[in-house]
Amino acid sequence: MHTDKVKHDFEPKIVALVCTWCTYAGADLAGTSRMQYPPNVRVVKFPCTGRIDPVFILRAFQKGADGVLVSGCHPGDCHYMAGNFHARRRFAAFRKLLEFVGVDLSRLQFSWVSAAEGGKWVEMVTELTERVRQLGPLTEFRELELAEQWSGATLTTPELKEAYQAI
Amino acid sequence: MSRIGVFVCHCGENISRTVDVEKVAAEAGRLFGVAYTCDYKYMCSDPGQNLLKKAVAEHKLEGIVVAACSPRMHEKTFRNAAKAAGVNPFLCEMANIREHCSWVHEDRDEATAKAIDIVTMMVERVKRNKKLQPITVPVTKKALIIGGGIAGIQSALDIADSGHQVVLVEREPSIGGHMAQLSETFPTLDCSQCIMTPKMVDVVNHPNITLHTYAEIEAVEGYIGNFQVKVRKKARSVDMAKCTGCGVCMAKCPQKKIPNSFDKNLGFRPAIYVPFPQAVPNTPVIDRENCTWFKTGKCGVCQKVCGPGAVDYTQEDEIVVEQVGAVVVATGFQLYDIGPKPAGSAIEGYGEFGYGTIPDVIDGLTFERLASASGPTGGKIVRPSDGAEPKSVVFVQCVGSRAREKGISYCSKICCMYTAKHTMLYKHKVHDGQAYVFFMDARTPGKGYDEFWRRSIEEEEAVYIRGMVSRLYQKGDKVVVMGSDVHIGVQVEIEADLVVLATAVQPREGADTLAQKLGISYDKYHFYSEAHAKLRPVECATAGIYLAGACQGPKDIPDTVSQASAAAAKVMTLFARNELEREPIVAKVNERFCVGCLACRKVCPYGAVEEKEIRDRSGNLIKVVAYVNPGVCGGCGTCQATCPSKSVELDGYTDEQIMAMIEAL
Ligand SMILES: Cc1cc2nc3c(=O)[nH]c(=O)nc-3n(C[C@H](O)[C@H](O)[C@H](O)COP(=O)(O)OP(=O)(O)OC[C@H]3O[C@@H](n4cnc5c(N)ncnc54)[C@H](O)[C@@H]3O)c2cc1C
Ligand code: SF4
Ligand code: SF4
Ligand code: FES
Repeated sequence: MHTDKVKHDFEPKIVALVCTWCTYAGADLAGTSRMQYPPNVRVVKFPCTGRIDPVFILRAFQKGADGVLVSGCHPGDCHYMAGNFHARRRFAAFRKLLEFVGVDLSRLQFSWVSAAEGGKWVEMVTELTERVRQLGPLTEFRELELAEQWSGATLTTPELKEAYQAI
Repeated sequence: MSRIGVFVCHCGENISRTVDVEKVAAEAGRLFGVAYTCDYKYMCSDPGQNLLKKAVAEHKLEGIVVAACSPRMHEKTFRNAAKAAGVNPFLCEMANIREHCSWVHEDRDEATAKAIDIVTMMVERVKRNKKLQPITVPVTKKALIIGGGIAGIQSALDIADSGHQVVLVEREPSIGGHMAQLSETFPTLDCSQCIMTPKMVDVVNHPNITLHTYAEIEAVEGYIGNFQVKVRKKARSVDMAKCTGCGVCMAKCPQKKIPNSFDKNLGFRPAIYVPFPQAVPNTPVIDRENCTWFKTGKCGVCQKVCGPGAVDYTQEDEIVVEQVGAVVVATGFQLYDIGPKPAGSAIEGYGEFGYGTIPDVIDGLTFERLASASGPTGGKIVRPSDGAEPKSVVFVQCVGSRAREKGISYCSKICCMYTAKHTMLYKHKVHDGQAYVFFMDARTPGKGYDEFWRRSIEEEEAVYIRGMVSRLYQKGDKVVVMGSDVHIGVQVEIEADLVVLATAVQPREGADTLAQKLGISYDKYHFYSEAHAKLRPVECATAGIYLAGACQGPKDIPDTVSQASAAAAKVMTLFARNELEREPIVAKVNERFCVGCLACRKVCPYGAVEEKEIRDRSGNLIKVVAYVNPGVCGGCGTCQATCPSKSVELDGYTDEQIMAMIEAL
């Protein structure tokens, strides 16, 4: 059932920050069920959404993500009982901050996907990819990133650090 | 660390059909730090694993990325292979290019590009992975059981029979709990005392059980395998080693008119007493509040009459310290006191029922004492007001239960069944009496339960009225019950001799304080919470602590005993090992940066974060920092994301590792 693929001018990069117990397992289920979704998403696995620091979202935007998806267990189902409640509270505040600095909030999606919801994972990723495609690339953060690199403020990899110290 | 090997799996054709595995391997080879790459048909097979081991040796690899299926499938396999090859297992990661790539995409170029990205992210991660050693903790093979009702007794006997030491702590002077108060038990109507007493005696005679009665938990420290418990043994005023249990003191005590709470105040007891004749241990205690000696300094009769000289007025509370490896909490329940609303309580009272003011309105437990052969009336059913035999008795179910407006929305689970039992016990003793039952629903799921319930209607002729009671009031020597029958839609009024209220099952007073000492969680009613409602129903989320009986939720005896034996089995599983090994994915505090705000302690769902004082050599306090107990930490990482000074890190998921993955985009 190969469909003719539409070639788009712009392929957004989506980063998904997910917990290992529910959403990662849900994404695995989408795989074992051979569901299809756009290949734009890159998954970073965490023990729990409670571990997800909002800084990771900022860094993803800064390093070239056009959209970010954060997903974990449904409220009450967290493997560690309360991690997702803390995450939810944290992100509620963080969204306000993002809005304040001028990021279109529709680039950032929070959701709950359980280990049984392969279909929901597929919907989520497909929707976000399409939505961000309409919005176009996120450039503001990348400009910031360039400025930072230019001033030489970061030596982010051990190799760079090593090289720097060797001078 | 930068000698990484990347192994790309074809998974038969499952991956190679959509992903160009050779290209992935070639691209991975160009990454900084990658010293070796290859692709192979089945990496997880024996030859595949051998290939990995050989490559590690030949190319002196220090880190491994296996690009294959989901880590949930084979992470263990490859980490074991890494270990066998001499690489720390935590320096081996999987790049999921099957479930997250080849199976969900059709376009070969796109899928290949994505696979390369996924591999790159994992290579960047592995470069920053640290060698982690599994954490081992020793196990003290001794269990603490809190509460000596049927739940605690069953757990204690099971564990002790398996050869392990048990410490049983009971708050009251005797073990037995509610079951010792019951008359006969549904669904078989066997006498509660007859099945309970032998078990109580087994406990006190068991060589592996240390029993502390009239004692409470003062403090608990430590973690799974290594708890330190302080037990406060309240002053009994009788030397347990000397007392022979003859009972002379109780017979001679001049104070005879103290309401006996074991009999729901239907009878009286002296100031030196055992709660009931079959008490275990059979050593009396002096109730110091009511004892003449303690009130006025005069009397001393019991001391004079005691042959072995066991009575000791100078005894003081004693603190005993016990080292245990596991804890079973079995503190049971109490019945909802439905008098007028207590000040400051979130739960409304039932002032309209006159409980506590109309003497012939009693609760179910009082009825049990009336019906019990060893109770204050010798099993004769009489009214508390005048001792007459009641010819009509109204039972009211769901008093307090399933009553959201009163503050409790759950079902107490046992009342339908014990009310049916009460109608039978009543009819067996008062042949010409009539029982009426007001009920909302009859809930009788259980082996033989519905048959039992039907018997109360079909054979014992109890009249069941579906509806609620709105008010009770005294009229002459009768109690008028005003209620409704929803089936025929009319108001009903019954003049009863006795009214028995099936009041809600509640957790024990003080259940929350005990939970805080133990570091376990509880629901809004203060019932203790299990780790998982379906799959881990007897464990607390706090490792090494287990639940049994009605302290976790309303339960009848069969359910209580099942859970108690299950908790015991969990303890025995723990005790089967000398040491516990666990994944070293735990948080660590950087004490130099930690400012001691303890924000982490507030969010930690496991109570793993403690305060630690840092002192200089002369003992002056420099600062207070957080300390994560690795035995308790569950590894969720919530503390790390919360810490404002970024001074706590979760091993295996450090900021550096995560950032590297994000930056690899
Ligand atoms: C009126 C009535 C009739 C019933 N009839 C039946 C029946 O016919 N059949 C049936 O199957 N079930 C019946 N039940 C239910 C039965 O009573 C319970 O299932 C059972 O008692 C639960 O046992 P448990 O050990 O969990 O709790 P409990 O019996 O409440 O025992 C808990 C024990 O822990 C002790 N304790 C509490 N807090 C502490 C503390 N902090 N430190 C130390 N010790 C503590 C208490 O003193 C007590 O000894 C009836 C219940 C009621 C109210
Ligand atoms: S205290 Fe003395 S009199 Fe009382 S029961 Fe014990 S031995 Fe008997
Ligand atoms: S990682 Fe989770 S369980 Fe461990 S100390 Fe931090 S918050 Fe507590
Ligand atoms: S484990 Fe999934 S959100 Fe906590």
